[in-house]
Amino acid sequence: MPTRTVTVGSASGLHARPAALFVQAAAAAPVKVTIQVGEKRAVPANSMLSVLSLGAKKGTEVVLAAEGEGADEALDSLADLLARDLDAEEPANG
Amino acid sequence: MAELTGIGVSAGVAAGPLLRIAAVPALPAPAAVADTAAEVEKAFAALAEVVADLGRRADRATDATVAEVLRAEAMMADDPMLRDAVQEGIEGGTDAVHAIDAAFATHRAAFEAAGGYLAERVADLDDLRDRAVAVCLGRPMPGVPQPGHPYVLAARDLAPADTADLDPRQVVGLITADGGPTSHTAILARALGLPAVVSCKGVLEVADGTLVTLDGTSGHVETGVSEETVTSVRNAAAEALKTISGTTGPGRTSDGHAVALLANVGSGKDAAAATDAEGVGLFRTELLFLDRTREPGLDEQVAAYREVFAAMAGRRVVIRTLDAGADKPLPFLHQDGEPNPALGVRGLRIARQRPEVLTTQLAAIAQAAIQTDADVWVMAPMVSTVAEAAEFAALVHEAGLPKAGVMIEVPAAALRAEKLLGVVDFLSIGTNDLSQYTFAADRQVGTLAELLDPWQPALLQLIAACGAAGKATGKSVGVCGEAASDPALAPVLAGLGITSLSMSARALPAVRASLAAHSLAECERLAAAVLDAEDPVHARKLVS
Repeated sequence: MPTRTVTVGSASGLHARPAALFVQAAAAAPVKVTIQVGEKRAVPANSMLSVLSLGAKKGTEVVLAAEGEGADEALDSLADLLARDLDAEEPANG
Repeated sequence: MAELTGIGVSAGVAAGPLLRIAAVPALPAPAAVADTAAEVEKAFAALAEVVADLGRRADRATDATVAEVLRAEAMMADDPMLRDAVQEGIEGGTDAVHAIDAAFATHRAAFEAAGGYLAERVADLDDLRDRAVAVCLGRPMPGVPQPGHPYVLAARDLAPADTADLDPRQVVGLITADGGPTSHTAILARALGLPAVVSCKGVLEVADGTLVTLDGTSGHVETGVSEETVTSVRNAAAEALKTISGTTGPGRTSDGHAVALLANVGSGKDAAAATDAEGVGLFRTELLFLDRTREPGLDEQVAAYREVFAAMAGRRVVIRTLDAGADKPLPFLHQDGEPNPALGVRGLRIARQRPEVLTTQLAAIAQAAIQTDADVWVMAPMVSTVAEAAEFAALVHEAGLPKAGVMIEVPAAALRAEKLLGVVDFLSIGTNDLSQYTFAADRQVGTLAELLDPWQPALLQLIAACGAAGKATGKSVGVCGEAASDPALAPVLAGLGITSLSMSARALPAVRASLAAHSLAECERLAAAVLDAEDPVHARKLVS
């Protein structure tokens, strides 16, 4: 199964705004994506509660996985999102 | 028609149907599920309604951060895993309400186990669960109602969480059964310019939808009034508002005695919004230091200060050096283990242990001041003696800043106001802390609120001592605490010799209008009468 290993780049970790942006993007992906931290169970990336529960901080390594048509593209764009510091970026609505 | 009385804490009159903050519904006994599919549909519909409601509130929120928090909460309620768990529960024979409760409980446990930031989000999950359960039971969602029309909000007391997205276009007035003049409700009402009555016993027994009027000055509440009364009160309030916002320009009594009207700010954004102010009377710098394990560097400080100075170009900016300790602990100061932090190493006292924190800050202020043309004044918090004030003034002048002042927050400083003005250029009275230390009443203890009332004659007597010292020396003495935003108190403070009032920008128009309605001689007469009053209740009556 295609996977990507990414280091969380957002200052506040995978919480609040970065988590919301990531979950929204995962929900919009054409394939089911999972996210895993260390030895913990992989959880669906489109579930806000599960993603929050990972407790991933800035610098935490996470593994994204997905299978099917478009999996590689979806993983690439989600990995790119996670690596950025989303806290430092301005909200779209000002 | 019935009459209730409380304490008026935010001036103005309001009228409308009374609506209460709905209570959290109790879970009923578990029920048998007859139609599984219908039960799942009912549970999903409840969750969807919570999501939709949060989305509507996010759309209405004027603050981008509040909107973001609400959208994040909506995503939690819209979680596919949560729906799966609810469906599984119902298919296992649990009713919708209990299946929702159980599904949230699982995630709640996970959040608690993770600790830290997530443990703090447990309250959000509880709120979402309560909302979904309420919808399932056909009850109003807990929290501040959003009926889509103007109403008077009633509650036991308002929690900060209740007020995060309080919509001033719907809420026209506040009445609480508990609380005092310094409660969260009172402070919020004054900041929003909403008429408010607190400590109004009996208000929780009034049925939802009853038409009421309230007077935020006298504390008078009438219930069961007619539609005509509501309309006429509303028209009168609109008329009064028109008069208030019709007055612009610098603060003046009716005969032209100047009292500068300044804004309290914490950031460049606040300063940019304070277009109506003659300057900034209190620029709090501690926001920059909060949540930091290391002190912010010189360049970062210069940039933050410059932003506020630039927004106030040509106007006065009174910047306060770091005010930490007590209710504002800062990680990088490592102030653990003080038996009583309010009486500990806080404010200027930090410089005794960490002088470099202050000198770096003064250097940053000086650099930022050179880069803009704001009239920068610098003051120190928590000064108790003339020696402390002299030392601080020397440091300020050494940094190349011309105007040094101190906050009057402890009675010792107020009593020595004239001596202090011998070594500094100005004084600024922080009435919240001055009340706390004068009455030995912790600001965070709600049950002591009446001792912290800015109308307490003992507090006003200390302010009078400072005002007299200002007159004797010809130097400025301002008020930058909660008291400065009370329109009824403004003429009294002017009469006591106060030369500037600093408050949240929203409070400015009403204070300006109140000053403009009194001559200096009237202000002085009111001040003398209020100083002579027995207690805050009588003091207020003398002015209204």
